[in-house]
Amino acid sequence: MTGASRVKFYQTGTFTVGNRLLDVSVRSVQSDADRNNSLNSGHRACQGCGEALGARYALDAAMRAVNGRLVVANATGCLEVFSTPYPESSWRVAWLHSLFANAAAVGTGMAAAMKVKGRKDVRVIAQGGDGGTVDIGFACLSGMFERDDDVLYICYDNEAYMNTGIQRSSATPAAARTMTTPAAGQEPGNVFGQGKNVPLIAMAHGIPYVATASVADLRDLEYKVGRAMAIHGARYLHVHVPCPLGWGCDTGDTLKVARLAAESGLFPIFEAEAGEVTGRRTIRRRVPVEDYLKMQSRFAHLFSPKRDERRIAMIQAIADRNIRRFGLLDKSEQGAHP
Amino acid sequence: MLKQCEGSIAIAEAVALCRPEVICAYPITPQTHIVEGLGLLVKSGKLSNCEYINVESEFAAMSVAIGASACGARAYTATASQGILYMAEAVYNASGLGLPIVMTVGNRSIGAPINIWNDHTDSMALRDAGWIQLFAENNQEATDLHIQAFKLAEELSVPVMVCVDGFILTHAYERVDVPEQSKVDAFLPPYEPRQVVDPDEPVTIGAMVGPEAFMEVRYLAHHKQMQALERIPQLAEEFRRVFGRASGGLLHTYHTEDAETVIVALGSVNGTIKDVIDQMRAEGVKIGSVSLCSFRPFPTAALHAAIGHAKRVVTIEKSLSVGIGGNVSHNLRMALQGRDTKVSTVIAGLGGRAITQTSLRKVFTRAIQDTLEPLSFMDLNTAVINRQLERERVTRRTGPAAEAILRDIGTMAARVS
Repeated sequence: MTGASRVKFYQTGTFTVGNRLLDVSVRSVQSDADRNNSLNSGHRACQGCGEALGARYALDAAMRAVNGRLVVANATGCLEVFSTPYPESSWRVAWLHSLFANAAAVGTGMAAAMKVKGRKDVRVIAQGGDGGTVDIGFACLSGMFERDDDVLYICYDNEAYMNTGIQRSSATPAAARTMTTPAAGQEPGNVFGQGKNVPLIAMAHGIPYVATASVADLRDLEYKVGRAMAIHGARYLHVHVPCPLGWGCDTGDTLKVARLAAESGLFPIFEAEAGEVTGRRTIRRRVPVEDYLKMQSRFAHLFSPKRDERRIAMIQAIADRNIRRFGLLDKSEQGAHP
Repeated sequence: MLKQCEGSIAIAEAVALCRPEVICAYPITPQTHIVEGLGLLVKSGKLSNCEYINVESEFAAMSVAIGASACGARAYTATASQGILYMAEAVYNASGLGLPIVMTVGNRSIGAPINIWNDHTDSMALRDAGWIQLFAENNQEATDLHIQAFKLAEELSVPVMVCVDGFILTHAYERVDVPEQSKVDAFLPPYEPRQVVDPDEPVTIGAMVGPEAFMEVRYLAHHKQMQALERIPQLAEEFRRVFGRASGGLLHTYHTEDAETVIVALGSVNGTIKDVIDQMRAEGVKIGSVSLCSFRPFPTAALHAAIGHAKRVVTIEKSLSVGIGGNVSHNLRMALQGRDTKVSTVIAGLGGRAITQTSLRKVFTRAIQDTLEPLSFMDLNTAVINRQLERERVTRRTGPAAEAILRDIGTMAARVS
């Protein structure tokens, strides 16, 4: 899109080993020529869309994990709209879209149908964006969790209602500019002290598996999907997916922005079983939140016309708390996965 | 098997006989006893191979049913009142996706003011949602309609609402013949969906449709209901052959052949109406009635055949289309095109107010005298209304109207002679 964008041929700065150096058994699902291509090319997502990337990796990993025995419920939102403009579909999985708020409940119904039909091999994923998950779909999500229904719910979190044109959700970070939290007035952007942490709320339900992941580490995302599909009951995966359009970053910087969110501590990557944190992806090269914020025009008001030291420090404090809370700098404890 | 039981329990047993595979349960008065009854049947093992899911809302109830039905399971839920409005979006979605879900509506008013008693406001609010709406006149018909509903829904790939008057039917103990399993199995084949979410044949269901095709999709929904107009009487006849009794169909007529005055109503009030007609017939009055069993699709042709010859038609309606009047009468006029039949709408029984024989008789008599207004409200306490209007005229802020009216009429509110 922008002339300044530099084409990159490989994912830099992830510390992951190139696939060709790895044993075949641990190579990424996406590197397999026989991958399912669950979300096939030709869809209408914007350039640099983190959600399209995350969904493709997540569903391909799930399809491999369950040997293709998968059905998917999808909430209304970007992912639904850009993938299925009638009469086209990018989905190479059995896929149902019902409404904005009910993907988790539709997933429950699908799982019940498969059970009663004796098709125990068929597994269910329900998925949606942050609006469809943490706001309007929250009651159905919580209901599915507390009943421990055999559904993996994947939230692709791009931190606002992007499909309707960038409005604040309860996943929108403090200070971020959206169309409903404009960069105007004494405290421009989204207010501090609001929002909800749905991975922690999911853990409070005591469900067997909760994890966060990011498109910054696609191998970790694949691993967590595989791990989730090896478990029965209600599971939750919260994937951080930058939206270049909504965040105001370069379309070539999706992965870099996602990485800085993780490496600053603003988006903690961890996993939990039965309500207890069992693994975290530790920060390898810590960066100040400023490095992350500066890349995105949704935070531009923090830096111009003059630096908003107070609120930058408040965001840094959020990252610092995450680092303490989840032990993100603790080198002695690594996640169980490679 | 003949038994004396509560309407809700008869309905629960009828639903169980249809071998539902997924039942979504959420309590709301006056429907609750139905899902309780089904819960007991599942938990005790009498209804096997059925997933009974205690959901967290009516919206989830319909959504779980959508997921289950889309994967090929026979799905059922029940609701009422606020519940059907809370699930409204999913109600439209189920019909749009062509999912043959069957839902009982234990008809109840909609608040505010909150009111748990019977009227038809809830079903009427969703009359255009693309569901077939069948209204039961008594508990035998409520029982039988559920068995017909699954067959109708699955043949046409359209969801069906069976509307049952709250309390008046759901909580009434009556003699009901609950059919035998073997007969239900003979009548209702297993559900074979037209399209399913299935990893063996992966398809995309629920895609976005723009202006280029949306009209056609909606027309097809209408077309299916026109097919239902033909299928509903056939199913009632098939049902009669298997079970030996008449239940369902588009409408029931009562002494309409030579009637100059025809009363039209939905649901249980038809029992009271028939009693009044019996009395007036004994006095030589040419009066009859039509009980509309199918409100969606609306049986325009059948109704024309039944009432086209009448001088006047009176609808007794348990819902109010605020700002205009009757829902039934406005639909009914389609059946009277080209006729100069006088149609009077009587709004009655809102929020559970008793519709008595005395009041019905007064209304019918005025209709015959041609003094009945085009729109009237049965047993309206005009003194109370006038006092409230006077308060509002004098003072802008008069407090909440419902509470002020309650204070006016004291503790005798429920007593209508």
